[in-house]
Amino acid sequence: MNSLRRMLGSNIRQYGMVLALAAIVLYFQFRTDGVLLKPLNVSNLLTQNSYILILAIGMVMVIISRHIDLSVGSVAAFVGAVAAIMMTKWDLPWFVAVVLCLGLGALIGAWHGFWVAYVGIPAFIVTLASMLIFRGLTLTVLNGETVANLPPQFEGMGNGFLPEIGPDTGLHNLTMLIGAAMSAFVVWIEFRRRASATRYQFDVAPRPLFLAKVALEVVVIMYFVYVLAQYRGLPVVAVILFALVGLYTFLMSRTVIGRQIYAVGGNVDAATMSGVRTRRIDFLVLTNMGMLAALAGMVFAARLTAANPKAGVNFELDAIAAAFIGGAAVTGGVGTVVGAIIGGFVMGVLNNGMSLRGVGIDWQQTIKGLVLLAAVAFDVYNKRRAAVGGGAGAEKENAAAPPPPELEEQLAELPDSLVTTTGTGDATAGT
Amino acid sequence: MAQPILEMRSITKEFPGVKALTDVNLTVHPLEIHAICGENGAGKSTLMKVLSGVHPHGSYTGTITFDGHEVTFRDIRHSEAAGIVIIHQELALIPELSIAENIFLGNENAQRGVINWDATNRRAIDLLARVGLRENPLTPVKHLGIGKQQLVEIAKALSRDVKLLILDEPTAALNDDDAQHLLGLLKELQRKGITSIMISHKLNEIEQIADRITILRDGRTIETLDVTEGDVDEDRIIRGMVGRDLEHRFPDHTPQIGDVLLEVEGWTVMHPHDHERTVIDDAALQVRRGEIVGIAGLMGAGRTELARSIFGRSYGSRIQGSLRLEGKELTLKTVADAIDAGLAYVSEDRKSLGLNLLDDIKTSISSAKLDKLVTGLTVDENREVLVAETYRRDLAIKAPSVAAGVAKLSGGNQQKVVLSKWMFTDPKVLILDEPTRGIDVGAKFEIYGIIQQLADQGRGVIVISSELPELLGLCDRIYTLAEGRITHEFSHEEASQEALMRHMTSHTR
Repeated sequence: MNSLRRMLGSNIRQYGMVLALAAIVLYFQFRTDGVLLKPLNVSNLLTQNSYILILAIGMVMVIISRHIDLSVGSVAAFVGAVAAIMMTKWDLPWFVAVVLCLGLGALIGAWHGFWVAYVGIPAFIVTLASMLIFRGLTLTVLNGETVANLPPQFEGMGNGFLPEIGPDTGLHNLTMLIGAAMSAFVVWIEFRRRASATRYQFDVAPRPLFLAKVALEVVVIMYFVYVLAQYRGLPVVAVILFALVGLYTFLMSRTVIGRQIYAVGGNVDAATMSGVRTRRIDFLVLTNMGMLAALAGMVFAARLTAANPKAGVNFELDAIAAAFIGGAAVTGGVGTVVGAIIGGFVMGVLNNGMSLRGVGIDWQQTIKGLVLLAAVAFDVYNKRRAAVGGGAGAEKENAAAPPPPELEEQLAELPDSLVTTTGTGDATAGT
Repeated sequence: MAQPILEMRSITKEFPGVKALTDVNLTVHPLEIHAICGENGAGKSTLMKVLSGVHPHGSYTGTITFDGHEVTFRDIRHSEAAGIVIIHQELALIPELSIAENIFLGNENAQRGVINWDATNRRAIDLLARVGLRENPLTPVKHLGIGKQQLVEIAKALSRDVKLLILDEPTAALNDDDAQHLLGLLKELQRKGITSIMISHKLNEIEQIADRITILRDGRTIETLDVTEGDVDEDRIIRGMVGRDLEHRFPDHTPQIGDVLLEVEGWTVMHPHDHERTVIDDAALQVRRGEIVGIAGLMGAGRTELARSIFGRSYGSRIQGSLRLEGKELTLKTVADAIDAGLAYVSEDRKSLGLNLLDDIKTSISSAKLDKLVTGLTVDENREVLVAETYRRDLAIKAPSVAAGVAKLSGGNQQKVVLSKWMFTDPKVLILDEPTRGIDVGAKFEIYGIIQQLADQGRGVIVISSELPELLGLCDRIYTLAEGRITHEFSHEEASQEALMRHMTSHTR
């Protein structure tokens, strides 16, 4: 129990949300007599929420860098409208339109970035203005009408499925293969991470617990693709989404720019004094949000097979809620892409489950609001407890443990040019 | 002699782990101007917080008698009701509100919650006349200069029937004219029946207007001098303030000083917002290889401002002057430029400028030079751990692992993490701003050792400190800074606490 708590301890909010998501799924699976996890419904769950999830990826980055973007719904609607006009009125090939519109989204994001990073207007105001501006421009470009008859390849982005390969097995072969590949990847990552943590003598979970966790992850992934494979396989948009999650998780956790985004959000003054070009980071994060809003807008138009002036209303609120439910902090510096996706699924499953149960839209809104409040309250409570309880424990462990013996060799091999230091222990001789 | 208006007896105030005041006594007679002197950290502000109820009755021991009665203040409102008003160094005015609104904030001329603006403005005009400020009471405070804002604070105090006015460093931010006007006003108020306590570092001003002076040192009352009886001059005050033996120990060290590394000349810096106000005035300094150079200055002298303006213009505006490193003229427009050129700045305030408290040790250490750890597209996290482990070992950072969060480390260990962070950038010159503030004696000794080793590696080190014994024990050369000017340069042999203090409080204008 103690080691379980230790494993959870560092990241209790995210584990908490995974558990909450599992509980919500099980509850509705039971209350809907198994309809929730029927292949068709799971497929719908993914496609229905895909655009919110795409927005949530960008939004969590914006929130980590201590800003907010209220304009994403309007920007999504606007770009979806422009894409539809490019393809139907200007007869541009669909992929040209997609690329141009991603560029347009980035440009809109850069506009926000300019005002926020270089002029110093709070993002709340800048994007509130854009929320109005782009809702208005959407009405203008569409003349208040719906534009339909989009190219089928474009519509495939929203409601298409991966093609089938190989013999007829009763399941979607390619989907099962992708699932197996994803499982293998997860296992590899988990073992690699554990190996390096062990090598450096960081806290790791006991082996049985670790194996159980990895096994559970594989089971969840395989069950998920198995359900989808019973229907028409992986939706195209799910592939786009998984690719984005992978890409942005990598960006945020492994690259310099990811580190700098967390640094700016955690303490902007300290980041400035460490040589981070903080304005550029703010600018890039908002530009990226604009591009993802454009993608979400096109996916939404593709799914509806039309661009309409009312598209994207309240998308920003769902994306923001997803990020906060998934563990982002209002004060910045905290949050993960995967967390935001989990938060998005919590909202999505609640929506879907309540609809299946015949709960009215009125109560759905109320319940979603309460869930958001509860998730953040839970987080605040935990942080406060950690601040009180953690101190004493940390004090006890504060002995200056020498580096692990296996490390000594590696330390010796570090090139001198890399590390500027004082001699070993000399600095403290004589105390 | 008349009965004292204020008598604080045997005041002892402890914070967790620190005794801020020990058995302090303060007696103030009616209608005098009483100055309180002491180094930074001597306990002056704490004593005034005890008096004004910021530290409420019960959180300290000892008794306070005011105006003939023993008083037990719960909070500031309580002490204000008794007639004690404190004016802090950072003014507590609200910039967007008018002069009149500020004067009566929290004390509105109101009946049943409805403000009588005519009465408010009429009374404001009277009060402004008393402090000699000719301004329309409807003017927003943000349009006033700092000197006039100070007068508004005093008018606000007068509106509350003040008997004892406490001013904490009232002239620190003022120019000479405004300062003289303020001192004249205090004399004027004295004639009209108001007793004042003034905390100040400016000894010439104290000599000019104080009737009696109480000197604090290390949280104790050292003595009370009566100016009117004569024989009190700046030297006498300084002796009281610093008169102690060097109590810190320093590692043995023989400097190996080489050629000139960093040269700053004609360095002039304006305030970042107020482009007319000079913060650093024509400063020049040099640092040689292997040399530890000290900068001594009181709070507000411009120490941090000087350092940060050199470090990639991270402070100030309209910066002029030349900066040469190894003989090459440098133009550093950003902090990133400064780091690339080989400068490092360890800030005075670890928690707000030095560390991201959400980080762990390893990410903090790599944060100023992450490029060194990049392979391909990614940060090499294995190397990052090894780098951090090296510093944890060499600097004896006390933490269970390099994955431990920096927020929970002690001050000394946090400072070692910050030092590691800057050592990792392989700087040619390190500027250390108050490197041992808030750190216990043992960790101080270790940090001195690290500083000496960095110098022995041929780097130049600048140490900014308010603790004179620290500068005397550590530095090969010391500059004194007063009001943005470098007032003197001492070799290690020439420097003494008294001499430093004299040039830290001197006026060159």
